[in-house]
Amino acid sequence: MQQVFKRPTSLKDVQTHFCSGCHHGTIHRLVAEAIDKYGVQERTIGVASVGCSVFLYGYFDIDVVEAPHGRASAVATGVKRAKPENFVFTYQGDGDLAAIGTAEIIHAANRGEDITVFFVNNTTYGMTGGQMAPTTLVGQKTSTSPYGRNKAKDGAPVRMAELLAQLEGVAFSARVAVNSPKNLIDAKKQIQKAFQYQVEGKGFSFIEVLSACPTNWGMNPLAANERVGTEMIDYFKLGVFKNL
Amino acid sequence: MTKRLFVKGNEAVAMAAIEAGCRYYFGYPITPQSDIPEYLSRELPKLNGEFIQAESEIASINMLLGASATGVRAMTSSSSPGISLKQEGISYMAGSELPGVIVNISRSGPGLGGIDASQADYFQSVKGGGHGGYHIIVLAPASVQEMYDLTMLAFDLADIYRMPTMILADSVVGQMKEALIANKRPVRDLPAKDWAVRGKGGGEQRVVKSLYLGDGELEAHNWKLHAKYQALKEQEVRWEEYETAGAELLVTAFGSTARIAKTAIMMAREAGLKVGLLRPITLFPFPEKALLEQTKTCKKVLVMELNAGQMVEDVRLSVARDAEVSFYGRPPGAGSLPTPEELLEQIRKHL
Amino acid sequence: MRQDVFISGFGGQGALLAGNLLAYAAIIEGRNVSFYPSYGVEKRGGAAMCTVVIADGEVGSPIVGNPSFMIILNQSSLDKYGAKVKPGGVCIVNSSLVSTENFHRSDIQVIEIPMNDMAMDLGDARMVNMIGLGAYVEKSGAVSLSALENGLKEVLPERNHRFIPANIKAIEAGALRARQ
Repeated sequence: MQQVFKRPTSLKDVQTHFCSGCHHGTIHRLVAEAIDKYGVQERTIGVASVGCSVFLYGYFDIDVVEAPHGRASAVATGVKRAKPENFVFTYQGDGDLAAIGTAEIIHAANRGEDITVFFVNNTTYGMTGGQMAPTTLVGQKTSTSPYGRNKAKDGAPVRMAELLAQLEGVAFSARVAVNSPKNLIDAKKQIQKAFQYQVEGKGFSFIEVLSACPTNWGMNPLAANERVGTEMIDYFKLGVFKNL
Repeated sequence: MTKRLFVKGNEAVAMAAIEAGCRYYFGYPITPQSDIPEYLSRELPKLNGEFIQAESEIASINMLLGASATGVRAMTSSSSPGISLKQEGISYMAGSELPGVIVNISRSGPGLGGIDASQADYFQSVKGGGHGGYHIIVLAPASVQEMYDLTMLAFDLADIYRMPTMILADSVVGQMKEALIANKRPVRDLPAKDWAVRGKGGGEQRVVKSLYLGDGELEAHNWKLHAKYQALKEQEVRWEEYETAGAELLVTAFGSTARIAKTAIMMAREAGLKVGLLRPITLFPFPEKALLEQTKTCKKVLVMELNAGQMVEDVRLSVARDAEVSFYGRPPGAGSLPTPEELLEQIRKHL
Repeated sequence: MRQDVFISGFGGQGALLAGNLLAYAAIIEGRNVSFYPSYGVEKRGGAAMCTVVIADGEVGSPIVGNPSFMIILNQSSLDKYGAKVKPGGVCIVNSSLVSTENFHRSDIQVIEIPMNDMAMDLGDARMVNMIGLGAYVEKSGAVSLSALENGLKEVLPERNHRFIPANIKAIEAGALRARQ
């Protein structure tokens, strides 16, 4: 019998700590498939951030450097400048990249560092228990916005993919989702494209992936998945914002 | 005779870094250390190295973390307020057992303070600075030659012990010019960096991290770090003794203050006063045993610092029980640099 | 043997260049030396000072409380630091710009040299510092005139090497004046 579906070789054969219905596992898989497709597992250095994605090294069978909270793109800059022959990516959440690490991501992008950044946006701080993130939607209740995000006081959610696309140094910027087969297929395509950019030395590539967080949203996995497709995509439009 | 150059202390640091094989520098401009990035921004590109003027001190220490994780020699430099910003990254580097050289040409504080020479970062440097109860190696040069030699040593010690290593100086040592013999990098057996990330390349996965969540893992990790600190205390303590034979008063000072004190001691000796100097060169590990040894015979110690009293605490912990430790220091600020004449007066007072 | 000098003026008068040159000359002569610059708080036109210590043995402190020599290029330097010259020391004053009317020190030797006027006579107003330095070296014997002259091509940037003869003339003029 022909095997039509298997674990990517750059993913370890272990169970993840992710909650049911969380999209991190799917996104991990898409990244691993891209690593396999481009044959870069042996020369890939991943930079893990602080948040639910901190255990990157437990799931990917690649070399990994763990960065302080928000500093992944600065750490990746150091790695890539020292080892330009390596494939270097960061994998960061919304608190990490769009709040505490805003300066680092903007300047790494603006310098056009030849790295690939995966930004997982689930509109909340997952690891610390569901506090308000810079991407939390207006009106969304979290443990630190119990009355809902108030645009007048908290500002509107930050659209990182669009924001970074403005910078000269960015070669590729896109937002994708993995909530439906159609979106997943497109996400896979864009993630591979982001890889392609670095493999070809074209500069900074950025992929924002919308993700569900059923646990902290207080929803079951199906409802959380549904929310990605409605409320989230409504505000965080899918698309390619830069494609040099 | 080897040619003697005439260079600034800050330039000597940059020259030594290059001679030590450092090809990666990440920093952010701040007075009074900008000669270092200026020099390296000019020289590193000629050597196929990388110079990044980062968006912040926070970014630069993390670029250093990333570069060091790949096994290359890399450095950053700054001055006090910038070093405060780097503390997060230094703690992570200490936790991740990463080498790397950090230069602090310190200035006066707290806060924005001033740009004058200061030794007020002693506590921050030797007692951790960041969170988590770690140590880094701290070297305190007192001359342009030492700025050069100790910077080179810093890279070796960092690699041997897998620890961040700091050069702690101030604008007196950083801005002054003296004769320099640009020694070649010493040949030394250094441990292989078999922990550095490189892309698996068919081998075992390598991970550079400071997170330990498993039962007992973090405690074991901390004991491992602690053992390194003990090894440093056994193997790497460096200090200078000057005119200590028969001294009735032992002056203890580091860096620029030790230089000023030395002239005061020369003047004191000319006046027939029995005064010596013990100058810690490594601030961590601290020359505890040397101080104990000296104070078995010399019972009076006078600690001089360009702050309101920091190293004096470590001196008190080190000396013989019956030794009497006094302190003379001045918090930094414009026009506050002590002169040899002033320190001589203090020596007379405490003899 | 240990010699020290404090050179002070406002930015642009060349106090730091004079100190650099002196220190370099000492290096040429195989001696130990420290050159310690300091500045006023103003970015432009502020005070520029340096201390040079030359020693056969260890230099020790690069900072000197009571220098045995001072070269004073402007009035505010004399007003601020003149009192610190070591008793028995020498204060070389640029009398073109500095009045010693209110400077009363009988315990030191004050040598007044109209450095700006002399520089103008030599045809280059920028030579004030070299005249002062020449006078200092003549009085102190800290380094030889030839070491100073050899040091010029090391401390002056290449593009200014054409001014070396003018600098040498100024140093010698200062030395000659101090001898008189």
